[in-house]
Amino acid sequence: MNNSEKIIDAFPSSNDFDINKIRADFSILTETVKGNPLVYLDNAATSQKPTQVIEVLDQYYREYNSNIHRGVHSLSQKATDVYESARDKVKNFLNANSTKEIIFVRGATEGINLVAQSFGLSNISEGDEVIITEMEHHSNIVPWQMLCETTGATLKFIPINDAGELIMEEYAQLLSDKTKLVAVSHISNALGTINPIKTIIDKAHAVGAKVLIDGAQAVPHTRVDVQKLDCDFYVFSGHKLFGPTGIGVLYGKHALLESMPPYQGGGDMISMVTMEKTAYNALPHKFEAGTPHIAGVIGLGAAIDYVNAIDFDAAANYENELLDYALSKVDQVEGMNLVGTAKEKTSILSFTLDSIHPHDIGTILDDQGVAIRAGHHCAMPIMERFCIPATARASFAFYNTHAEVDALFDAINQCREVFG
Amino acid sequence: MFDIKDLYQEVIVDHNKNPRNFGKLEDATKTLEGFNPLCGDRLTLYIKTENDQIQDISFDGSGCAISVASASLMTDAMKGKSLEEAERLFDQFHNLITSDDELDLEQMGKLAALAGVREYPARVKCASLCWHTLHSVIEGDATPVSTE
Ligand SMILES: Cc1ncc(COP(=O)(O)O)c(C=O)c1O
Repeated sequence: MNNSEKIIDAFPSSNDFDINKIRADFSILTETVKGNPLVYLDNAATSQKPTQVIEVLDQYYREYNSNIHRGVHSLSQKATDVYESARDKVKNFLNANSTKEIIFVRGATEGINLVAQSFGLSNISEGDEVIITEMEHHSNIVPWQMLCETTGATLKFIPINDAGELIMEEYAQLLSDKTKLVAVSHISNALGTINPIKTIIDKAHAVGAKVLIDGAQAVPHTRVDVQKLDCDFYVFSGHKLFGPTGIGVLYGKHALLESMPPYQGGGDMISMVTMEKTAYNALPHKFEAGTPHIAGVIGLGAAIDYVNAIDFDAAANYENELLDYALSKVDQVEGMNLVGTAKEKTSILSFTLDSIHPHDIGTILDDQGVAIRAGHHCAMPIMERFCIPATARASFAFYNTHAEVDALFDAINQCREVFG
Repeated sequence: MFDIKDLYQEVIVDHNKNPRNFGKLEDATKTLEGFNPLCGDRLTLYIKTENDQIQDISFDGSGCAISVASASLMTDAMKGKSLEEAERLFDQFHNLITSDDELDLEQMGKLAALAGVREYPARVKCASLCWHTLHSVIEGDATPVSTE
C-alpha cells in the first residue's frame, strides 16, 4: 500500500452509508504510523473525535471559558447555559424522564463507584447479595468487592458459557430476596457480547433488587432507552462515544437519586452551609461537587449532536457488515481462534493466534500501522474463565472500512510469518 | 528503516519456542516471582548460589516472546557467573535495551539479540522483567517484583 494513500472503501455499502464523508470528519484517520496509514482498530478502548467535537472544545476555551453556576457575568452565564444544554442532550440521548436524573461524572468508572458508595453503603448490609457477571470490566467488579468487604455483603457472579454468553438459568438460581443489586455490562468490552439486559432487569425487579447497567461499550453502537429498559442506573463514558476523556454520565431514577446521600462534599452540591450543618443542593447538583469538567460536558454534548446527525441505525448496520466481513476472514487464517462468539455480538474481535502472545501480535500489527489492544482488557476474570493470559482485540467503529479489515488480516498473516 | 524482523530475530523466535532452563529448580537456594501487571507476564526465577556464585538457574511462567526469550537468554548467560559479574551484566543489559549509546554487541554475546527492543519502548518492560527479578534476588529482596 502506498504510504500516503488514504484508505478509501471500495465496497459499496448495502445502505448508502457515506463512509468517505464520515471519515472526513475524523482528521486523525489520515495520520501515518511507522510509515503506514493509521488503521485505528482500538475503538473499544477509546474512540476518535470528530472535528465537530474538537471545534466546540476549542471554542469554549477561546470564547467563553468561565466557571458555571456561580457568576453573574455574561461568560459564566453562557458557559452555564451550554453546560446545562448538554445535560438536556444526554437526557434525550438516553430518553431519561428528566435532567435531574443525569449526573455528570468522570466516566463509567466514577459512575459505578458513586452508586456503590452512595446507594450501596446506605442500602446494602451484611447477609445481602450483589450479583455481577464473569464478563465485567474491573470497574464493575472492584467497587462491588470493596462494598462487600466494608458491609459484609456477598458478591455473586453470573457464569458464562464457552461462547461468552451469560447462562441465564444460573442467573435465575442466584436471584433471591437477599439480592439487593445486580450490576451488568450492556456489552462486554472483552468479548463483544450483547447481554439480554431487559430480561436481566425484569428478573431482578421481580425479587426487589435494583439494577445498574454499565453501558460504556453500548452507547457507541446501540440506541438506549432507559425508560423502556426500566433500569435503575445506567453509566457510560464520553470518550468511547466520540467525546472527550474525563467525562461520563450516571443516569439514575429520580426517586432513587433523591433518597441517596451525596457522594462527595464541596462547592455546587450545597444549598446552604453554616458552621454546624449543610443543606444539600437539589438534583442533579447534589452529586456534582466542585468545579466540573465543563469543557468535557460541552464536548460530550457536541459528540451526542454528532451521532444524532448521522444515521445511527445505518452506522450500526455498517459496523455489523464490517464485523461479518472480518468474521468471514477469520476461518481463512490457520491458528486464529476467536474468544467470544456470542450470537448477539457487536463489532469486537477478540482473538488468539497460534501460541503467539497477544503483545507480540500488538507490536507486529503496530509496525504495519494497525492499532489494536493486546492484554487482559481490564477483565482478568474472563481471561481466567477461558484459561488464557490475554487476547488481541480489534474493535471497529463506523469510520472503519473494509480495506482496514484487509489491512488487519494482512498484518495478522505477517505475525504468522515472523513466528514461522 | 528498522524492520520488525530485527526485533523478532531468529534467536528470539527460537528461545521463545524452546526456552532453555525452563522449569522448576528443585535444589534452588532462592526463588522469586516477577510480574508485569500491564501485560500479565509472569515468571518465577529459581537460583542456586554457592559462595556468591550462580551454580544453576532456571525459570518458569508465561509471557510474550520477548519476555520468555529474554529469560531464556539471561539464564543461559548467568550460569557459573559470580553475583558481581551478574550485576555488571544487569547494568550492561539495561544499557543495551534502553540507551542510545553506541553498542559493543560483541561483548554482550547472545544477549545482543535483544538490542532491537530499544526501538520499541513499550516492550522494554517485557525484556527487563527477568533481569529486575534477578537483580532483586541478588539484593536479597523477598517481595515479588513488579514492573509497574
Ligand atoms: C465495559 C466497560 N465498562 C467500564 C469501562 C470503564 O470506563 P472508563 O475507564 O472510561 O471509566 C470500560 C472501559 O474500558 C468498559 O469497556
